[in-house]
Amino acid sequence: MPGGAAAASATARPQRSEDRPSGARKDRQNSPVATALEALSVSLMRDDAGSPLPEPFAGWFAARGWAPRPHQLAMVEAAKAGEDALLIAPTGGGKTLGGFLPSLIDLARIAREGGRDRPHRLHTLYISPLKALSQDVARNLMTPVAEMGLDLRIETRTGDTPASKRARQRQRPPDILLTTPEQVALFVAQANGEAFFEHLQAVIIDEIHALAPSKRGDLLALGLTAIRHHAPHARRVGLSATVRDVGGHARWLAAQGEGEPRLARVVEGAGGAEPEISILASRERIPWAGHSGLHALGEVYEAIKAARLTLVFVNTRSQAETTFQNLWAMNDDNLPIALHHGSLAPEQRRKVEAAMAEGRLKAVVCTSTLDLGIDWGDVDLVVQMGAPKGSARLIQRLGRANHRLDEPSRAILAPTNRFEHLECLSAKEAVAEKALDGEPLKAGSLDVLAQHVMGRACGDPFRPDDLYREVISAAPYAFLPRETFDRVVKFVADGGYALGSYDRFRRLVIDREGLYRPRSRDIAQCHRLNVGAIVESPMLDVRLVSGRAPRPDRTRKPLPRHGGLRLGQVEEWFAEQLSPGDTFVFAGQILRFEGISETSALVSRAGGEDPKVPSWNGGKFPLTTFLADRVRKLVSDPGHWSALPDQVREWLEIQRLRSKIPAPDRLLVETFPRGARHHLVCYPFEGRLAHQTLGMLLTRRLERLRMRPLGFVANEYALSVWGMKDMAGLDFDDLFAPDMLGDDLDAWLAESALMKRTFRNCAVISGLIERRFPGQEKSGRQVTFSADLIYDVLREHEPDHILMQAAWEDAATGLLDIRRLSDALVRIEGRIDAVALDRVSPLAVPVMLEIGREPVHGEAHEALLEMVSEDELVEEAVRLD
Amino acid sequence: MHAPVHPPARLAVNGAVLLADRSGVAVVESCGTLIVADLHLEKGSAFAARGVPLPPYDTRATIRRLAETVARLAPSRVVALGDSFHDLGADGRMHEADADALAALVGAVPEWIWIEGNHDPEPPARFGGRTLPELALGPLLLRHEPAAGAAPGEVAGHLHPCAKVSAGGRTVRRRCFLSDGARLILPAFGAYAGGLNACDAAYENCFPARPDAWMVGRDRVYRVPGRRLLAD
Repeated sequence: MPGGAAAASATARPQRSEDRPSGARKDRQNSPVATALEALSVSLMRDDAGSPLPEPFAGWFAARGWAPRPHQLAMVEAAKAGEDALLIAPTGGGKTLGGFLPSLIDLARIAREGGRDRPHRLHTLYISPLKALSQDVARNLMTPVAEMGLDLRIETRTGDTPASKRARQRQRPPDILLTTPEQVALFVAQANGEAFFEHLQAVIIDEIHALAPSKRGDLLALGLTAIRHHAPHARRVGLSATVRDVGGHARWLAAQGEGEPRLARVVEGAGGAEPEISILASRERIPWAGHSGLHALGEVYEAIKAARLTLVFVNTRSQAETTFQNLWAMNDDNLPIALHHGSLAPEQRRKVEAAMAEGRLKAVVCTSTLDLGIDWGDVDLVVQMGAPKGSARLIQRLGRANHRLDEPSRAILAPTNRFEHLECLSAKEAVAEKALDGEPLKAGSLDVLAQHVMGRACGDPFRPDDLYREVISAAPYAFLPRETFDRVVKFVADGGYALGSYDRFRRLVIDREGLYRPRSRDIAQCHRLNVGAIVESPMLDVRLVSGRAPRPDRTRKPLPRHGGLRLGQVEEWFAEQLSPGDTFVFAGQILRFEGISETSALVSRAGGEDPKVPSWNGGKFPLTTFLADRVRKLVSDPGHWSALPDQVREWLEIQRLRSKIPAPDRLLVETFPRGARHHLVCYPFEGRLAHQTLGMLLTRRLERLRMRPLGFVANEYALSVWGMKDMAGLDFDDLFAPDMLGDDLDAWLAESALMKRTFRNCAVISGLIERRFPGQEKSGRQVTFSADLIYDVLREHEPDHILMQAAWEDAATGLLDIRRLSDALVRIEGRIDAVALDRVSPLAVPVMLEIGREPVHGEAHEALLEMVSEDELVEEAVRLD
Repeated sequence: MHAPVHPPARLAVNGAVLLADRSGVAVVESCGTLIVADLHLEKGSAFAARGVPLPPYDTRATIRRLAETVARLAPSRVVALGDSFHDLGADGRMHEADADALAALVGAVPEWIWIEGNHDPEPPARFGGRTLPELALGPLLLRHEPAAGAAPGEVAGHLHPCAKVSAGGRTVRRRCFLSDGARLILPAFGAYAGGLNACDAAYENCFPARPDAWMVGRDRVYRVPGRRLLAD
């Protein structure tokens, strides 16, 4: 039994005290600001001509033998000029202080001039994507503020802040408030915004790259326009360690106007030491497919032993569970290793974080929950299990090791299969070239705009002309046509249906002055409860209701339907796949599923050897286009293969002999028989989502060509379709023609579960259906069900409704990745290399191995019903052939 | 792709033979009676009145689908098993075009009977047809809400049954008919009518053991034994 819950493994296992020599360690562990400042002590950039900073800042730096970094001074300059500024500096480069320094200087003056009893007014608003990051930064700001004796009030505000404190913050605001985008949306939807914001001087947006490309970023961009309405002169500051699309982010940050795009001033910090990245060329046999990384774990374990504290990053929560299990199985030294991912109960995560900060852990297996800039401990090694899926993500994760500029971050990439070797090498080279990926920022979502329109009406009733001008000052909406805006406003006001029968039931009414305001207080109240652009999949609590699995030979006592220790949460659809008695790995233990009771999945401990591993969708990153490109180039260039381990190189060599190497900007299509079936394998290198969409569309076409396709399976690089007939003779230019994105796509979308899920998210974000009613929690089950019904009806009767448009645009860039597929189809049009083989090629093996692991797509639902239908069984049993 | 023609699913209830149609209605072929449950007309506008502007097309979607079914099966009598109208105000909120379509549909069938439901104890008179609390039909008794305890021959709606099954790692949830041979519960027909899982305790009053489900698929109805049904 692998040591019980994560928390159990994180409990006190004292390390030898000589491993933690430095008295200053504690500060460094917990404080990016202090860490950054400490790093300056070796940079020795003393300005002998006198500090450019006023007192007490100059004295405070000097007393520590430090000097401000050029990018920090540049931020002070930008603030003096009243300009928006985007600061890009590597982790450990004093980025956070760079963002706050101008505010602290200004506030020091205000405090000095105002005296002891000065009124506190909101001066600086700091927004980060994570609650924990806001709290962390608040703690770290306190240190220099206290040491300089500044009389400042610094507070945080998140969804967890008690209502009484929130009300008090509105009455008597702090000087600096640290919060999240959702809280900004709440401010927008509350009255008296003007009084709250009128003295605001600066808005700081941390980890801007993590917000700007998302719907939360759209919501924040709109929130900023509303704040600007109250505080037109407030500067905006963006902070990031990894931005590829610098121009796009500089534009995102600045308020847009007529004419040329406006950009924030870009300030770049000097780079730190080059990271040391190695790719684990395992002594073991490298698997063809799969993501367990089991073959490499022995070597990873040795690396953990040799390091002080290792973060083992994986790409999905299920990988986190398996990796943790497998590491534990080989943990003969009883190393304190813990597990951290987004589905674990918050209490469990807090325990692991605390143990990291106290230096009680040797390694943590984690997902992107530990990606962003919180320092929980003195990490000196990062292991990336599986391919990093993007170079920016890799750099972000590298930054977790060693928050000091002068020392290199150390990272080991451990590919879990052969294809991932290619991807890891490409990512490593991209990092060395400082080539970042990141898709270009896209236009703002319409569902988020709908939410904002309702928010503005609740907070500060508007005239559409004014609100339109305000909205297009947000970069994501700068090109929003007025007609679309009007449709969104109409949707918010009365549903915006062509049938027009809801005039009596308007949510927004127009008063005598032409202002749009909510019809009732209930409507405003309901909006405030549904604010936010994150729609979680419906989740169930995992509750341990029995410590022991029941003996199979005995009649079972009914288990309690309530209570039990809460271990964390799983997505509802995952629990729905389980039948009572199924076992799965969660929170580091093997659990037996007992059933669902209201909003809980009830489990008991199981001793089963072969658990059914949860496979959450959450955290499955698609390969970035940028990295896919590099992998494609690497594969097509045999001169480059020498950088790969022998096993991988030989694999490609045999591919070259037996079939063909995929050429960049062309598409290799192989056909071959296997067993009673015929396969078609193609290699678009466009990521799993785009490949799945392609698979759906190809099978429809093949069906029409009477090729009797039976199913398909996709991975990040390739797609395999199989059927009853040999597909070698087909006209592939025709088969892959981009016009499949027309009618075929439409017809398929009508029934696509992914499209329904996308629609449901849009319906929730846009406020069509509630996340929750006041005093009445709706279970996710009902919401999912009714949203599907709504989708079916709306699609049939008003397919061009604004909400269908919003869902379509989402799907194009989201779960279906249609845009990427469309780009690829156009690129390879007329450039298909077809190879008819007599058996499977080496390059096809990884995707062929996915068959049976991944659900096979196609007409599965009807087939499933047939399988369980009794008539069918009886017919089969009595058939006389 | 051609849709294969499947033989209709037949089931016996208290000695009578009914056809479980793929649209979700049941037909007593011997007397040409089509039975449809829980239309919930104007459910969308009921939400809109509470500030949730759902698309207002549920009524026409429901009527259109029912009209298609009636045209295909050509019954001499239609029995709407109650909760045909989502609430008492449904009539007043209905779009004129939808009201006309409904009246035309009722008028096109020789006999139309509205059974009283808990949502619509007094179905509006203007669409035609007559209203009954329940209707005896040979060995069958048609009513809205299933009675607690044994009720041989009862055909009811009200509970909106749906069934969940799983095989090969995938799961499907569909509207369904439920029957143990003694009585029958029909699926809800309305476009916005949700479903209640067949394993819910609410069904224990009607069936001593888990009944079989006739799940409504895309082109046909699939009979699934009770032991294969899963709870949510």
